[in-house]
Amino acid sequence: MEAITTFLSEHINLIYFIILSVFVGVEVIGHVPTVIHTPLMSGANAIHGVVIVGAIYVMLHLQPDDIAGMIVGFLAVLLGTLNVVGGFVVTDRMLEMFKKKK
Amino acid sequence: MNKALLEIAYLIASVTFVFGLKLMGNPKSARRGNLIAAGGMTVAILGTLVFHDQAVSPVIYAVILAAIAIGTIGGWLTAKRVAMTKMPELVSLFNGMGGACAALISIIEYPNLKDQPGALIAVLAGLVIGTVSFTGSMVAFAKLNGSLNKAIRLPSYNIINTIMMVVVIGLAALMVISGNLNTTMMLYVLLALAALYGVLFVIPIGGADMPVVISLLNSFTGLAAASGGFLYDNKAMLTGGILVGSAGTLLTIVMCEAMNRPLSNVIFGAFGGGSGSGSASGESGGTVKDIQVSDLAVLMNYSRKVVIVPGYGLAVAQAQHVIHEIELLLESRGVEVKYAIHPVAGRMPGHMNVLLAESNVEYDKLVEMEDINPEFATTDVVLIVGANDVVNPAAKTDPSSPIYGMPILEVEQASHVVVNKRSMNAGYAGIDNPLFYSTKTSMLFGDAKSALTALANELKSL
Repeated sequence: MEAITTFLSEHINLIYFIILSVFVGVEVIGHVPTVIHTPLMSGANAIHGVVIVGAIYVMLHLQPDDIAGMIVGFLAVLLGTLNVVGGFVVTDRMLEMFKKKK
Repeated sequence: MNKALLEIAYLIASVTFVFGLKLMGNPKSARRGNLIAAGGMTVAILGTLVFHDQAVSPVIYAVILAAIAIGTIGGWLTAKRVAMTKMPELVSLFNGMGGACAALISIIEYPNLKDQPGALIAVLAGLVIGTVSFTGSMVAFAKLNGSLNKAIRLPSYNIINTIMMVVVIGLAALMVISGNLNTTMMLYVLLALAALYGVLFVIPIGGADMPVVISLLNSFTGLAAASGGFLYDNKAMLTGGILVGSAGTLLTIVMCEAMNRPLSNVIFGAFGGGSGSGSASGESGGTVKDIQVSDLAVLMNYSRKVVIVPGYGLAVAQAQHVIHEIELLLESRGVEVKYAIHPVAGRMPGHMNVLLAESNVEYDKLVEMEDINPEFATTDVVLIVGANDVVNPAAKTDPSSPIYGMPILEVEQASHVVVNKRSMNAGYAGIDNPLFYSTKTSMLFGDAKSALTALANELKSL
């Protein structure tokens, strides 16, 4: 228990950061027209692909002889890349159509 | 020095995520917003690769770059090639990839961090949320894809699911508190339980609600990414993850509001279960009236105002180009033509706008539900193409109907209603539609594309 409270007090800045980010997320999305829901969801989907940064970080800290870690890490980076690249490209394709209107 | 540069890269990424998402909220600036966020993401990824302090073996670099290269090519090609109608399942698929990525990070990090309770919480949260998001997204993908088209319900699935959720959270909590349970073995048990929970969570939910589920799972993946950010004190992951977590949750709620149903109703069911409950089929003994293409062409040609109601059937038949051609033909004869867009037409909110934009339909011809409903009274012909539930008057008149309370397009106020459908089969919600038996309604049976092409040819010859 003490370890947890210590952890929290050590990371209090992060906790503030998280709470404020929640409000930013809510503010940013407020009152968007329905037409934009699908592209917005797709764009948000691409943004959480930032998890790939974590996967790369893990890989950079592996020992070169850790084969199992290497395989899992490879998969993680691959899946993360798919999320990022696929997500942004598909969103762009959707939005490209909106632009054609005039 | 490197550390400072890395922090700056993450700062740039975080700002572009917030700013990009903000721009994406407006159709005019949306594309720019997406590109800005993509640029920020590139900065974050390159920064992570370049600015680090420890020595890294070239082998590891090679593996990372190989994974990025394969992922980029694969993701790019899939996203470019897929048909517009397949968009929702693609989003679900990519979402699942992100969730799996977060779970895999946790699996690697667990042995290193198992003895630090705070970090362990972040590792387990990333594992559980990422895994639920992954398996849930895969089920959603299969459902939208049509390979799993029934809502499968275990008896008292709500109770089972709730127990599962308690067990998963309880086990994770026990692993943090008790040293004895904090083993790799238990980590895999937790992984398996979370995977099972993801499947059980999505499988009872009907296909019509998948967009809402995907949006929810999208915000889950955001949270999984954020727990990784917490673990590494990585601000880019934190901003990106939390932003998507909160924005995604709000978006989910907004989508539910568009269907006039609370989120709990979507998750805990009450949809589709009413198919056998009798009262909806009260009028199904009525007769339906056919209309010939030639008669319809004449009817439309001499109308003053025609409103087209496009649905998923139009999208599946790829008839959006033909419908645009009909629109142009009618306009050249002086008929006023508009499209009535229900908020949840298609498979996702906004899906129909994307599809019609693809066939160059002008943006201001697409009229949203609240604005078009008062216009139906002055409309001569309503042409419904492959839509069903969004025009079902049972949503207003029959309290026992599963879609009761959902706002609908009030097409029955128009002088003539023509419904193009492949058969008399029920729509996605699996319920009968009394509109089809109305005296105002005529049915034009057939595949949307061939029926509409025939209609366009008839119109040309008039």
